[in-house]
Amino acid sequence: MIVAGGPVIPNFGQGSSCEVNNGWFCPDWVSEHWHDTLQPALIQHVELTVIAVAVGFVIAFALALLGFRYRLLDPPIGLVSDFLYTIPSLALFQLLIPITGISVTTVEIALVSYTLLVLYRNMIEGLRTVPVELVDVARGSGFTRSQTFLRVELPLALPAILAGLRIATVSTISIATVASFVIAKGLGSPIFIALEQDVFKTEIFTAGGMVVVLALVADGLLVLLQRRLTPWARLGRTA
Amino acid sequence: MPGQAAELVFDEATKEYPGREGAAVDRLSLTVPAGEICVLVGPSGGGKTTALRLVNRLISLTSGDIRIDGTSVMDQDVVELRRGIGYVIQQVGLFPHMTVEANIGTVPRLYGRSKSWIHTRAQELLDLVGLDPSYAARYPAQLSGGERQRVGLARAIAADPPLMLMDEPFAAIDPIVRARLQDEFLRLQLEVRKTVVFVTHDVDEAIKLGDRMAILRPGGKLAQYDTPMAILEHPTDDFVAEFVGADRALKALALHTVAEMELGPPSDGPRVAGTTTCRDALALMIEKRVDRLAVTGDDGKVIGSIAREVLVP
Repeated sequence: MIVAGGPVIPNFGQGSSCEVNNGWFCPDWVSEHWHDTLQPALIQHVELTVIAVAVGFVIAFALALLGFRYRLLDPPIGLVSDFLYTIPSLALFQLLIPITGISVTTVEIALVSYTLLVLYRNMIEGLRTVPVELVDVARGSGFTRSQTFLRVELPLALPAILAGLRIATVSTISIATVASFVIAKGLGSPIFIALEQDVFKTEIFTAGGMVVVLALVADGLLVLLQRRLTPWARLGRTA
Repeated sequence: MPGQAAELVFDEATKEYPGREGAAVDRLSLTVPAGEICVLVGPSGGGKTTALRLVNRLISLTSGDIRIDGTSVMDQDVVELRRGIGYVIQQVGLFPHMTVEANIGTVPRLYGRSKSWIHTRAQELLDLVGLDPSYAARYPAQLSGGERQRVGLARAIAADPPLMLMDEPFAAIDPIVRARLQDEFLRLQLEVRKTVVFVTHDVDEAIKLGDRMAILRPGGKLAQYDTPMAILEHPTDDFVAEFVGADRALKALALHTVAEMELGPPSDGPRVAGTTTCRDALALMIEKRVDRLAVTGDDGKVIGSIAREVLVP
């Protein structure tokens, strides 16, 4: 089931001595293969992550609306997202391949299922912890139900929702590396190939390092978004 | 948007909860004249807050009726009803994610007022409640408890509602700031003249703020409804007498100023201003061991004297 497209095999006959000896880190290999291997893998990785988190966010939000509005639905929704979260990714791929084939869809279904738990839980928690007296004042001042939700409950749940989004994004960036067990996409792909090629260290470390840096950058951007959207949150909660 | 002040009538208003013995509010009937402050006061379990929340239908009536300017609250669209009633609660309930200006603009915004209208109104109201207009851009977390309560008050009157409901608004504030807020609230009321229903468990606050006091006993029954003076001087029964306190005679003295009393000819000795309360004047007599104090007018000149037997017949 492994389809490694455009493998980058270090040329042990002509490469630098670092490459030939499989040294810990060979900068010349990195610059040589940035355009044909690393950069495309990075872009694919970002795509896999963005799609998974976006789809997961939309689904989790819809579920959170249901779970928040109809309390009875919260436990079953929570349980299902718990369950999805506990399935090992490799096992989930095996289950999905007969249905969705060796495709991006298979990978995305798995990645999306892993985002649901943390996104859903944070959304529900954020909505539930909105102080009752604020909802009371909103209702008492003549907000309709939807105005109360859109103008009070949702904005006040935003810090928790964004915290969930950060965790989901960072963990998806990490989990997306195993996509390479199904398709030759993302930063997992060069790692996978390097493991097959006598464990070529430079490629493993570089791609692995890029995953870490990508996760940190994404987290940093989300922190900026959080500050932008909830300038009041850092002032501390009012009594 | 609304305006003016409205007459509020409780007519046999009753709230019972299924499965609970006795009513929370039991056939409450009273009329709050337009522009007056009615304080609902009583021990916990008296249904004060319940009675208040029946008015804006955060709690629904079991039986009886509540009318605002003759219209039953039950006959109005609940959202429209609430927009026409200012609402202030103990925890203030300022929205932490909105600036002071946005908080004040809460109800006007529901009425579709423009941003510039709200800005102007917020500036005007901040000034009215004694806050610097620069506070408009702040978030509630950047304010002190007293400042938040002022903003809460400004928010409640922003849409100029004919009726205001205030549920222990000053309870969580330290005594010195509370006294100042009470004074400012009374000053504000002189300007805006709203009909106010004010819930408190503090008798002194009720006496100080209320044009009328409604004393509720446990079980949500009205024990007495009258002016603070009448209640202090003629409590209907032991419950009311005990509730207003053994020092009710002193509290009654605090409701009058020396200048309102029958003054004797100018005299020497310790002086008090005419605006001093009779209670403070009596305290001064006891402290100075005298039976008569010289009373001064606004210009500080002695205009007469007050005798102990006038204060304590």
